[in-house]
Amino acid sequence: MNSANRIDQRFRELADSGRTALIPYVTAGHPSPEASVDILHAAVAAGADLLELGMPFSDVMADGPVIQNACARALEQGMNLDRVLEMVATFRQQDAKTPIVLMGYTNPIERRGSARFAAEAAEAGVDALLIVDCPADEAEELRSDLAEHELHQIFLVAPTTTARRLERTATLAGGFVYYVSIKGVTGAASLDLDSLAPAVGRIREAMDLPVAVGFGIREPEQAAAVARCANGVVIGSALVDRLDRCCSAADAVRVTQQFLGAVRAAMDAATALDETAVNA
Amino acid sequence: MLEALQRTSPETQVPDDSGHFGIFGGKFVSETLMPALEELDEAWRHHLKDPDFLAELDRDLTHFVGRPSPLYFAENLTRQVGGARILLKREDLNHTGAHKINNTVGQGLLARAMGKRRVIAETGAGQHGVASATVAARLGMQCVVYMGAEDVRRQSVNVFRMKLLGAEVVSVEAGSRTLKDALNEAMRDWVTNVDDTFYILGTVAGPHPYPAMVRDFNAVVGREARAQMLAEYGRLPDALVACVGGGSNAIGLFHPFVNDCQVAMYGVEAAGRGLVGLDHAASLCAGRVGVLHGSRTYLLDDDAGQIRETHSVSAGLDYPGVGPEHAWLKDTGRAQYVGIDDREAMKAFHALTRSEGIMPALETAHAVAYGMRLAAERPRDELILINLSGRGDKDINTVAEIEGIEF
Ligand SMILES: Cc1ncc(COP(=O)(O)O)c(C=O)c1O
Repeated sequence: MNSANRIDQRFRELADSGRTALIPYVTAGHPSPEASVDILHAAVAAGADLLELGMPFSDVMADGPVIQNACARALEQGMNLDRVLEMVATFRQQDAKTPIVLMGYTNPIERRGSARFAAEAAEAGVDALLIVDCPADEAEELRSDLAEHELHQIFLVAPTTTARRLERTATLAGGFVYYVSIKGVTGAASLDLDSLAPAVGRIREAMDLPVAVGFGIREPEQAAAVARCANGVVIGSALVDRLDRCCSAADAVRVTQQFLGAVRAAMDAATALDETAVNA
Repeated sequence: MLEALQRTSPETQVPDDSGHFGIFGGKFVSETLMPALEELDEAWRHHLKDPDFLAELDRDLTHFVGRPSPLYFAENLTRQVGGARILLKREDLNHTGAHKINNTVGQGLLARAMGKRRVIAETGAGQHGVASATVAARLGMQCVVYMGAEDVRRQSVNVFRMKLLGAEVVSVEAGSRTLKDALNEAMRDWVTNVDDTFYILGTVAGPHPYPAMVRDFNAVVGREARAQMLAEYGRLPDALVACVGGGSNAIGLFHPFVNDCQVAMYGVEAAGRGLVGLDHAASLCAGRVGVLHGSRTYLLDDDAGQIRETHSVSAGLDYPGVGPEHAWLKDTGRAQYVGIDDREAMKAFHALTRSEGIMPALETAHAVAYGMRLAAERPRDELILINLSGRGDKDINTVAEIEGIEF
């Protein structure tokens, strides 16, 4: 596949250089709308390969308290879809290459109209949408609106996802697959490393897409362990939690660089170790 | 009882296999929940056809809940209103005081059949929480009830009842601190503890199969009412009236009458301080189509698609969405949906209490108010059947507060 989508390009580059993608998630407008674009650039500077930007929603059913609180704070400060897209467009003025995935819930997109939103998102420089409460079963309309603008739809796969559902997801998914490594909401802490490799293997058998792992990865050491068997590591609540305590944009930038820098270093050390082992 | 065993739904063809009522319904949930919903769907379909399960359900409905509930002719109220005859389906006389127990008895038995040891529930007015805690106590299951912090305050008596029954009540501080936030929190619990936990959802909202399953467990109300009408009056009523929060008592009454085209159906939403402003909870009367809590339905949101805070004097109607089957009944024109504001509901609360010695729940008072309006407009030979979904004991603090009375 020789797609022009930035996500496909980025995963090709990563495969060539033998690296695992670091994919941080932040909620747009958290801790403040002013800080968001700076945080995204800081994340890239610290070694992020793709970015996930959360579109705040009032009823984030699949998220834990950390992202719930981040959404509430962002909404209080007037975040909405227009401003999320403005942030992406602003980010794109300085960074034309790093893929951006917008993550959110169905209702705000429906209110806008999915065809219109897909056009606006593509125009702003978005590469994919991950709509948490839109599983494969309900995705066909959105999926075709996104395809018109060469945007991918990213899907979640859970430990409990059956073979039949995996097959169905495979027909719609693009970009990469997001494997939810735990039973629970975002930010819960019970990553089960032992079951990870077989689960990732099962997904790779069902579809020809990179597999990123998220939900519940809190520490650089966990990220390193995940990096050894997946194509990408998503860091969400652990970063958002740290950002929540920042009281200025500069502070948020510093915290992002420090934390993601540590995660990146741990991931690279782990994969380099594997390389050495293979070469030895 | 044989008729009561026919729980499959010949009345309508909805929902389809994927849980859609026309464009409404569906399963808009995170992938993490999908297998749990599929497992539940399968178990429900299986047990719906299992004679042993249905026999046990019937035994419980008879001996534990106290069914059938009477059909009562409100003669004094009828005289006072001066129009069509008003009949009341007395769900307030059920064990725990509302229709909610019909559903929790059913889901409780299903939870046990599925081998789950822990049940969770969301609650607004506390009636569903009490009904869940009651069933959990009887079945020896652990029970956690999620309740918005604002509702914990409004419904303190029910909170204490749940605790007496051995349930843990978790006060939810997020969002508007009412029913919708309690539902979010219950979903989060379920997705985390899905192996041993059964989520007893309290109304006909949420992802498939809940809207259909909760309907089927509550349809005993309509089946009984239909048979009682034929036996006692020799004909069907001219109109059905029920209040609509999520819509379970209304759909329970409506469902067995859906194919009786001569029977008009009215769902009554909470118009709060009036439908023109934002202080109401009337998603069908004043909302638009969107996606909330796992299904496509009418809901109340702002222009950015954020779910709005709602208002009603009754906690059980204070919800920004509505069950998808009601959305479908509205769009197909089979049922009509109207609003009754706080003041008119309060007046009806007093009217029924004083004329008949029956104190309705504030939710129910909305249906009573509209039933009175309708009766006043209709000829004396017509019959209007109101679902008296619950009793008002839980609301006396709220009523006193509104009327400035201190104990
Ligand atoms: C007595 C009573 N009636 C009605 C309702 C509203 O729920 P539903 O619309 O699902 O019947 C409630 C909810 O708590 C209730 O307690």
